[in-house]
Amino acid sequence: MSATVTASGLVTNAIGRRVPTSVNGREQTPYQGVDSHRPTGRKAAPPIRCNSDYPTNGDKRVPDLETALQRCGLRDGMTISSHHHLRNGDRVALTALQTAARMGAIDLVWFPSASFPCHEPVIDLMKSGAVHHIEGSMNGPLGDYCSHGQMRGLGVLRSHGGRWQAVQDGEVHIDIAVIAAPSADFFGNADGSHGKSACGSLGFALADSVYADRVIVVTDNLVPFPCVPWQIQGNNVDYVVEVDSIGDPEKIVSGTTQITRSPDRLRISELVARFLRDSGIMREGFSFQAGAGGIALAFVDYLARMMKAANVKASFVRGGSTKYLVDLLHEGLIGYILDGQTFDLDAVRSIASDPRHVATSPFTSYNFHGKGNFASMVDAAVLGATEVDVHFNANVVTHSDGRLLHGIGGWQNCLFAGCTILAVPSFRDRIPVIVDEVTTVTGPGELVDVIATERGISINPRRQDLLKAVKGKGLPIRPIEEIKAEVEKICGGKPAKPRLLDHPVAVVKWVDGTVIDTVWQVADDNPYAPKVSGGE
Amino acid sequence: MPFQGEYRQLGMFALTSSLPTETTSHRGEAGRAGGDVRSDLHVSFEARASGGIEIELRSRVDLYYGERIRQRVRDVMHSLGVEHGFLEIVDEGALPFVISARVEAAVRRAGLGLGKSALPDAVVLPTPSPRDRLRRSRLYLPGNEPKYFINAGLHTPDAIILDLEDSVHHAEKDVARLLVRNALRAVDFGAAERMVRINQLPLGRADLEEIVPQAPDLVLIPKVETARQVSDVVGAMDAIAQRAGVTRPIWLMPILESALGIENAFAIATVSDRIAGITIGLEDYTADLGVVKTPGGSESLYSRQRVVNAAHAAGVQAIDSVYSDVADAEGLLRWGEASRAMGFEGMGCLHPIQIEVIHRAFAPTPAELEKALKIVAAYEEAQALGLGVVSLGSKMIDAPVVQRARKLVERAKQMGIATRPAAGSGETP
Repeated sequence: MSATVTASGLVTNAIGRRVPTSVNGREQTPYQGVDSHRPTGRKAAPPIRCNSDYPTNGDKRVPDLETALQRCGLRDGMTISSHHHLRNGDRVALTALQTAARMGAIDLVWFPSASFPCHEPVIDLMKSGAVHHIEGSMNGPLGDYCSHGQMRGLGVLRSHGGRWQAVQDGEVHIDIAVIAAPSADFFGNADGSHGKSACGSLGFALADSVYADRVIVVTDNLVPFPCVPWQIQGNNVDYVVEVDSIGDPEKIVSGTTQITRSPDRLRISELVARFLRDSGIMREGFSFQAGAGGIALAFVDYLARMMKAANVKASFVRGGSTKYLVDLLHEGLIGYILDGQTFDLDAVRSIASDPRHVATSPFTSYNFHGKGNFASMVDAAVLGATEVDVHFNANVVTHSDGRLLHGIGGWQNCLFAGCTILAVPSFRDRIPVIVDEVTTVTGPGELVDVIATERGISINPRRQDLLKAVKGKGLPIRPIEEIKAEVEKICGGKPAKPRLLDHPVAVVKWVDGTVIDTVWQVADDNPYAPKVSGGE
Repeated sequence: MPFQGEYRQLGMFALTSSLPTETTSHRGEAGRAGGDVRSDLHVSFEARASGGIEIELRSRVDLYYGERIRQRVRDVMHSLGVEHGFLEIVDEGALPFVISARVEAAVRRAGLGLGKSALPDAVVLPTPSPRDRLRRSRLYLPGNEPKYFINAGLHTPDAIILDLEDSVHHAEKDVARLLVRNALRAVDFGAAERMVRINQLPLGRADLEEIVPQAPDLVLIPKVETARQVSDVVGAMDAIAQRAGVTRPIWLMPILESALGIENAFAIATVSDRIAGITIGLEDYTADLGVVKTPGGSESLYSRQRVVNAAHAAGVQAIDSVYSDVADAEGLLRWGEASRAMGFEGMGCLHPIQIEVIHRAFAPTPAELEKALKIVAAYEEAQALGLGVVSLGSKMIDAPVVQRARKLVERAKQMGIATRPAAGSGETP
């Protein structure tokens, strides 16, 4: 399908959304359809370096971040990257940007794998001119800043896989990668599973370490060479900086992850587990994806009980790891955890000690411009969404009022699973989740197979096989329009559509680097709207 | 207050209540907002002599429903006959029937709108429940906590109990009963029987005034000690039902919560043909005895047996208390199975996750069902052959045993348990 020009600089893409043809001075390809965009050519590559320029004893330490940035040749307009494995406890990304600002750099582009509420002070750096814009997920105060059109450049939202793809394909060139490492040696080998700031996997930093012009490892746990196992190879690292603390351990991992007690969320979780069982997807050797959200955790709990009752084992589980997955690994109910993010202390201990608990990266799990990835090999993925529409298109990045709410995370990448299930309440705070048209298309309906709500399960008509498989199994299978109508009745009618200005503030990339939708500037403010502080 | 402790343990059903800070004759407040409050709103109303209705609204959902909220508030004012007043509203995404109830409560607290009401649109009610319907699980919903109402029916309890008694602070009774009234009208509880636990009379009379016109299926009367207390409720209920033109049956379930109540169980169970069952409140009962409530329940064994016996003698259902440790599914299952073995037909639930466990506990075992099906088949065969005596193999079956078997099979069907005919009954599949 070809794009048609509708307005100056905007075209309508293959899913009917108006998207800019140019973003931050770079030409864009509008979304063409799920498998239509096939770029050719070669991957991007970092410059050739020479051993002669690095210490022969391997000691790449410099006294501080400023020295490291200076030696990396910090200049105005550079792109500085960081990872988000330290989540809301991260101290390194902000410090790096503030240091660069103090050194006089302006118009920097911050390219995080995700931003968190702890990064709110980056707003000051954008106001002062040090940071030009952010390319990465934005929510909370950063999201509001961008949603109100205050950021100088356009935000670019990518999935975890899309971030790898963008770096690999040369869409984003990282000048300096600053990698926070819970353990590292002086050579730059780094690991996330040990040390006082342990976070488990360091997978999100891998692309940065491989493709950036310059790489700085920042650690608060310098260990004697060699730091093993190395998730980041010192051979990709230019400088190592030792600091007192890379983050707040309490905010890096949670002590314990709790299963929700919300009756409605429990019901949704149980329905999803029953769906997997009754559709036959839950069978010996199957695999699934699950995160650490409230519904996902409870879903795993229900599924595990059903697996035990049916004497069925899963070959592997992909996703964010928690105590619950670790327990299943120990019980022998699952063969391997392919870990993208490590959420609690039990999971960190497990990844550090159990060879069947494996750290993965967006390259292995998600990259769409590769020779396959793990996410598409998974039999079932259970994901969330802020809105879904009657065509099964879904939104995860904006609130129904258009404000940036949440990053894409691995969500888009996981849509390629054998069966993609969006587990969502049918309404939140009186706001219906099933709508005529989502505010921002983050994933196309053709990849969404099932929408599970507390009021019933809707199966995408494209998946007649699933409809047939669960027929007569006692599950509340209902047309999506029927659930939508019921909820609108409960909520007192269709909600009004909040006004958005005809001014793009960010774009949403599809997994292949094309632009699937635009985030528009919000027009009206509701000071009493709940504050959002999401993750990736 | 027996359930308070349980709700507190439960956490999510914590007793929460905002007391009116000011109750002069022309101001009134109702509802809750702020903090972690969801699906509720706080309304502050001030009567005025002129100037029409002025509304100051802060709402989570202002951009989506702000205009409709304002319209609903004006409609409520109109129904209550209030032409002038200032309303300050903080809304946490409350559903329309909740908004109506809170606004009406605030206006009434200001001393206006008395004798009038602002009823939300009614949903279609399920068919009236028979007196002896299945009552395995009855889910308690604190009457002043609206967020649990709308989806309660989805968890498929046999009944929901909108509680006006122990889960509602004494200062919030007036507000809660309007909310419960509106819920009875506007919330679709699915196939669940719609029950209300009222307060003891005389307070309970005001509850009845609001709820009886909305035709709940059953009213639970708390802390009953004498038959007279029940007949007082029946008298009040009948008068209100007649005035309101309610023709659907409203069953009664007295709760016995003291030693005296247990002693009078049979008299209480037989005082009215509206009584569908009697139940026991163990928190208050053990407190009355001055003993500790234990997980095994040996301290209340006699009283529970007494309730079962009185109920059966009176031809009504015996319903057990609640199991307070919501996190302990295994303990609940054991309690439920023991309860069924004693002759109870159901128990209360404090959290929806207890429903499925209770339904399992009160289901007949496969062996029981198999045996009952054989007896029923033998009975039907005997009937067909015109034999007066039913026999299974070489054994003669007594009439009460046949009765019991038929009831068990009937109940199993109602529970949705497959009741394939016993082998040899000749029925084609």
